[in-house]
Amino acid sequence: MSKRIGMEIAMAAAEAVALCRPDVIAAYPITPNTHIPEHLADIVADGDLDCEYIAVESEHSALSACTGASAAGARVFTATSSQGLLYMYEIVPVVPSMRLPVIMCLGNRAISGPINIWNDHSDYMCVRDLGWISMFASNGQETIDMCIQAFKIGEHADVMLPVLVNLDGFQLTHVVEAMMMPDQEEVDKFLPPRKPFAALHPDNVVSMGTLGLPDIYNEAKKANDEALINSKKVILEIWKEWETMFGRKYEPIMSYKANDADVLMLTMGSMGETAQVAIDELRKEGFKAGLLDLKLYRPFPADELKKAVKGCKNLIVIDRAVMSGGAAAPVCAEVKSVLYDEPDRPVITNDIIGLGGRDVRVEDFIKIFKKAAKAKPERAYEIYGVRG
Amino acid sequence: MKSIVENFDLFAPKLVDKEEYYCSGHRACQGCGEALAIRLMAKALGKDTVVTNATGCMEVTATPYPTTAWKLPWVHVAFPNSAAVGAGVEAALKSLRRKGKIADRDVKVVSIGGDGGSFDIGFQAISGAMERGHNMIYIVYDNEAYMNTGIQRSGATPYGASTTTRPAGKQSVGNTTWKKNMAEIMVAHKVPYVATACHSYPFDFMDKVKKAKKVNGPAFIHCLAVCPTGWRCPSDACIKMGRLAVETGVFPLYEVENGKYKMTIEMPKKLRPIEDYLKPQGRFRHLTPDQIQIFKGMAMLEYNKVLERIKHSKSWSDMTS
Repeated sequence: MSKRIGMEIAMAAAEAVALCRPDVIAAYPITPNTHIPEHLADIVADGDLDCEYIAVESEHSALSACTGASAAGARVFTATSSQGLLYMYEIVPVVPSMRLPVIMCLGNRAISGPINIWNDHSDYMCVRDLGWISMFASNGQETIDMCIQAFKIGEHADVMLPVLVNLDGFQLTHVVEAMMMPDQEEVDKFLPPRKPFAALHPDNVVSMGTLGLPDIYNEAKKANDEALINSKKVILEIWKEWETMFGRKYEPIMSYKANDADVLMLTMGSMGETAQVAIDELRKEGFKAGLLDLKLYRPFPADELKKAVKGCKNLIVIDRAVMSGGAAAPVCAEVKSVLYDEPDRPVITNDIIGLGGRDVRVEDFIKIFKKAAKAKPERAYEIYGVRG
Repeated sequence: MKSIVENFDLFAPKLVDKEEYYCSGHRACQGCGEALAIRLMAKALGKDTVVTNATGCMEVTATPYPTTAWKLPWVHVAFPNSAAVGAGVEAALKSLRRKGKIADRDVKVVSIGGDGGSFDIGFQAISGAMERGHNMIYIVYDNEAYMNTGIQRSGATPYGASTTTRPAGKQSVGNTTWKKNMAEIMVAHKVPYVATACHSYPFDFMDKVKKAKKVNGPAFIHCLAVCPTGWRCPSDACIKMGRLAVETGVFPLYEVENGKYKMTIEMPKKLRPIEDYLKPQGRFRHLTPDQIQIFKGMAMLEYNKVLERIKHSKSWSDMTS
């Protein structure tokens, strides 16, 4: 039976990962994800998890070791943040191209420079197009649930892809919350042992990671793209199964008071809960505000988005990263591209908020809501709250 | 002409595994020393092996999809991380074996890379993997430059070699520094078995690979691999160039067990003149007699260091007993 716990979310993520019985963990310390691999190291050190824990010398080697271990058929886990992700960047696209499940928690943190250890989504946005299934947790419970779901999704025979579980640095990693933690029996029932398609072993000789010349590269890329797009079907099935087992529902886009809303706001990660409070306040004033919370960023839930915005007049896309010199911030650019062909698309505004750990308050969202409802914006996007 | 290995025809078939684990049909250049060395390595390792390969000649020539020259389980991920991938495979095999998910028998992980992937860009990953004590072998196939990308200098390029990024010219001798001493760096990591080797001494090389396989922990082999294309010598001179590197003292073959140095190919009292090694190679063609003396000085400094170590080094196990 699941147990109600009060715990730091990073440690809860580690306990959830441990319940999945990984065979190999390789990680390198970087704030703010560090408590996840630290706590896993404790669990291994106490003999509560039978796992090879490699305390590697860099993030590049962390993901390289995970890739090697996954290629050998192991269930593997790593975690990182910000510059750590950028340091392993070279390997990030190789993992999905080899169709290897590797599960990674990304404690979202701003990228340098200036150097900053606090939260935004600029680290993730660097890797969003590299082929990993990507989810964003809004709270501790979702973090636990997504960590466990990630193994089942990534290792599924019809998927075989790496999965990134994003949780906001500090805002989630270092916050103590009340959560339901599944027990070992439940997780064992939900998550079968990994059955690799192929593994590095002399009993079944394979060559992996071979050279793709121009006559095959095109096809390899197409196959990879299809695999990621098709993974959505499995993700939805597994989320359904999760809901049946644990009673917690997951959808690519979750909504809050969105049905009759004139103005919708779209967020990712921990900001969604703050926005909900703002929406409650606005509703008291008779302002019909609602929330769309994007849980699944890759594969991008285009159909769900089209459906979710039907009937609303304004859509505010909240980004937590800058796409320097781009047409809009990253999430908004994608949203606009999805909605371009929709005949009744809403007016779309784009606010970038909470960069490098800048506080995101209820009153900020209220201001943004009211501003968006008024007029068409002068600029494609605005970095909110910049001091003059 | 006298055979370079006494009674080779008589003994070789009995000594060497007839099974090929690295097969013909790969696209390496004619006379490639590295391909030969890898073939010998694979024979010495036998079937219970997993190979991880850094990006480089040996990766692109052996595995253009959908073909492969490898009959051993083989994986390539990227350029700088062969050792880190190997560490992951080793950890996985250990974990899966302990949990009864794979067969209960020893499978050795061997990570390989060229000098660029090992002396330079992969240096950190090797240092980490060796220092952490993974049960694996790292073998660097050193052809003294980035040959796959077109003969650029690396940390393994010797003095005076003309490369495309440090070419000889009116104001340039080519490369100005001597090779990084990887074997010594690995000894400093307390790696229990470290050796230098060359494909031109096949039995010595294979013995070292077999010895490295027996170590329950990390082992490191620095194998000089002649590249006729990059060294600008005839392709049929590959074996000869390797032997000249050894006989002139430029690349002595030794091993270091628990810190104790030992020469494995006996060196003559009077070494062959270094010119014998330099003259046939186009990359050294421009060297003046003075510059040849500088080359000689650098090579002999390293050679004498090895002789000193052989005289004075003590095994770590001697010291603890």
